[in-house]
Amino acid sequence: MANLTINGKNFTLDVEADTPLLWAIRENVGLTGTKYGCGIAQCGACTVHIDGVATRSCGVTVNDAIGKQITTVEGLATNGVLHKVQQAWIENDVPQCGYCQSGMIMAVAALLEDKPKPTDKDIDEAITNICRCGTFQQVREAIHAAAANA
Amino acid sequence: MNKHVAPHLNRRSFVIGAAALGTGLALGLDIPFGGPAIARAADGSPEVNAWVVIRPDDTVVIRIARSEMGQGTLTGLAQLVAEELECDWSKVVTEFPTPGQNVARKRAWGDFSTGGSRGIRSSQDYVRKGGATARMMLIQAAADEWKVPVGECVAASSVITHTPSGKSTTYGKVAEAAAKLTPPTDVRLKDPKDWKIIGKGLKRLDTPGKVTGATVYGIDVKLPGMLNAAIRDCPVTGGKVKSFDEARISSMKGVKKVVKVGDSAVAVVADTWWHAKTALDALPIVWDEGENAKVSSASIAKWLAEGLDSGPAYVGNESGDVKAALAGAAKKVEAVYNYPYQNHATMEPMNATALYTADKCEVWCGTQNGEAAFAATLEASGLPADKCDVHKQLLGGGFGRRGQTDYVRQAVEIARQMPGTPIKLLWSREEDMTHGRYHPVTQCKLTAGFDADNNLTAFHMRLSGQSILFSLRPAALVDGKDPGAFAGLNAGGDAAFGYSIPNLLVEHSMRNPHIIPGPWRGVNVNHNALYVECFMDELALAVGQDPLEFRRKLMSKHPKNLAVLNAVAEKIGWGKPPPQGVYRGLAQNMSHGSYVAAAAEISVIEGAKIKVHRIVAATDPGYAVNPAQIERQVAGSFVYGLTGLFYGGCTVKDGRIEQTNFDTYNSMRIAEMPKVESIVMPSGGFWGGVGEPTICVAGPAVLNAYFAATGKRIRSVPLRQQNITFA
Repeated sequence: MANLTINGKNFTLDVEADTPLLWAIRENVGLTGTKYGCGIAQCGACTVHIDGVATRSCGVTVNDAIGKQITTVEGLATNGVLHKVQQAWIENDVPQCGYCQSGMIMAVAALLEDKPKPTDKDIDEAITNICRCGTFQQVREAIHAAAANA
Repeated sequence: MNKHVAPHLNRRSFVIGAAALGTGLALGLDIPFGGPAIARAADGSPEVNAWVVIRPDDTVVIRIARSEMGQGTLTGLAQLVAEELECDWSKVVTEFPTPGQNVARKRAWGDFSTGGSRGIRSSQDYVRKGGATARMMLIQAAADEWKVPVGECVAASSVITHTPSGKSTTYGKVAEAAAKLTPPTDVRLKDPKDWKIIGKGLKRLDTPGKVTGATVYGIDVKLPGMLNAAIRDCPVTGGKVKSFDEARISSMKGVKKVVKVGDSAVAVVADTWWHAKTALDALPIVWDEGENAKVSSASIAKWLAEGLDSGPAYVGNESGDVKAALAGAAKKVEAVYNYPYQNHATMEPMNATALYTADKCEVWCGTQNGEAAFAATLEASGLPADKCDVHKQLLGGGFGRRGQTDYVRQAVEIARQMPGTPIKLLWSREEDMTHGRYHPVTQCKLTAGFDADNNLTAFHMRLSGQSILFSLRPAALVDGKDPGAFAGLNAGGDAAFGYSIPNLLVEHSMRNPHIIPGPWRGVNVNHNALYVECFMDELALAVGQDPLEFRRKLMSKHPKNLAVLNAVAEKIGWGKPPPQGVYRGLAQNMSHGSYVAAAAEISVIEGAKIKVHRIVAATDPGYAVNPAQIERQVAGSFVYGLTGLFYGGCTVKDGRIEQTNFDTYNSMRIAEMPKVESIVMPSGGFWGGVGEPTICVAGPAVLNAYFAATGKRIRSVPLRQQNITFA
């Protein structure tokens, strides 16, 4: 049994402590916006926030996350109002297949918390998620648009 | 329709649909046991026809037969229907009919397959007619209600107006009556100059759920009582399972069952996928790897190299007498190139959910070919067509991989061993990387001859390598030849060679290693265009000519190829000096019915680190249904194409693919992404695809720029094997 706080709610889960947080979120909690892409913290599709820090949830265990505030893409909007990154994603028509975008959006939301007006270099350093459709050009535009919207 | 419940095919709509054979529509036919009947959507709203359902609140539901994998076809196809329907675009939603419904209704929605960049170009005519037919029926219904001549009524933005009186109504109010009418037979489509929705860069219809996590992909499907399966197929294709020690894992947490799948795979079924995967990792499996275990990349390369010079070859394009022209040439140039296996590496690994009972089998999955997935379901379940269905989900990437049905078949085979329990089969990334349907491996020898005046008189291109059709659809071979091998090299058609050379011979020595090939976004032009376009630069160099001018002289009979090439040359500033330390390269090709060209600007650090600064890419797809989405496909094509060039390449050792995850099969990140300036230049009069054609010019444009920068000609992909990487 493990107690996790996800999107402000407490969950008591029948899950082993060494289970990757990704799978606890997807299978035990049932929030499937967080995606499995590689399982080795390479692709970033599973990115969530742990105490505000963008984290690849396949690479941390349930045990690592106990007592911390976990935010998934489903918890990014506040009171039904989309986060400015989600809004910018819609306005710039960013997603193609969309599978990597949950993780991309979570990584970008954390970047903007850290650097509200990121330069291209900041983006290059912070955003290392894989997108096989190749949405990077729109991702970059949308990041700048979201930053301008601060 | 595409809900996670059993398909709602009420008896009435099934009967009507079946009776409507030949019309392609399911409308207004009297049936013996009732009054005038209407085919209805699952929520009871009337179907005006197979493509259009109008709800009482004026919502327009457009049926999409093709699959959406990110390429935007769902939005583009809806634009085509909406244009002719004259409906309010802001009220458009879409749904996928199921393959089972398509079969039950005598293929009312036509072909479901989504590959070869054909989604729009092969269905544009009948989906536009579907929209036009529905519009005519809706207007007719309003005219009938008002008892006025139909010619006095017009429709715009889902509102029908009787022009003389000014009376108006909406589609939602007359849909019920319209659905009872006999569809018109004389349906005329709009002149392209009158298009208002086609040709607009409208936003995609499927975005909102993709930014909130609400979109359900195959991997996200949940069914009551569902269990999860992890699978391991023999690491060597062609090998078999000899034995496995189930007792070692049967007491592990969550494990429900261990099953053999076919003769080559073992799956563990558990309460969660994580439990299934953990147990599978602990399961001792003994394989009979067979003869293929002796194969390596080196042995494949040796076998292919032999095909460059000897043995029979299929001729794909020939004019004049190449051998005589080469024998008499004043100057000859020869080069050998190669291009490796590539994995699709869709972000969402292969998966499918299946529910098998004694008299029914349903599958939920992302697929590029709903009807092929349906056929696989029938075969693997042993049940007839009216007992099966496939519920298509949005795809977390396809790129050609999800046109295959191996994962569907596996899911059904597992579910069949656990009747009544829904089973979600998910491949690990490692399974996905090592059991792909890889871009075929090839080598190519190019030999060219010039006359004494430096005119190119002979061009001999001999490909040696794998055929996709031979492995996936042998019935489609033509006298043993794979016509697809000559994509971009044909004398005509939708993938034609763009140069006129008096003596030309293009041939293919087919050699098929055991690694299973498949169409990898762009397919055979990915290597063919790289070979031709890099070699063109070699030829220009051999006669001391500018690469652009050299090509232009060969392209006077190929004005559309020339137009896109000129467009990129002009925009990149070809002929004017580039910035200090920056070098340029060009490439052009025609495939999937579209003309494309690219120009790259790069700089090279220490000879081995390439910074791609800027790409200019031009596309002439004939008609551009949604230019904004075309620009996105083009920009994305450089991620796919340059990833393949720099990081790609799957190698074979002991009969198995060596790359197992993104740490060994890397993919471009945003820091490596060049600025892509896209020129969409539709010349009209034809329909070309846009999802794939541009990928093949990415590699040669950059390699030609690399030569300009370093004087070093790269003839082997990927660059990582030559210690060249992104700066």
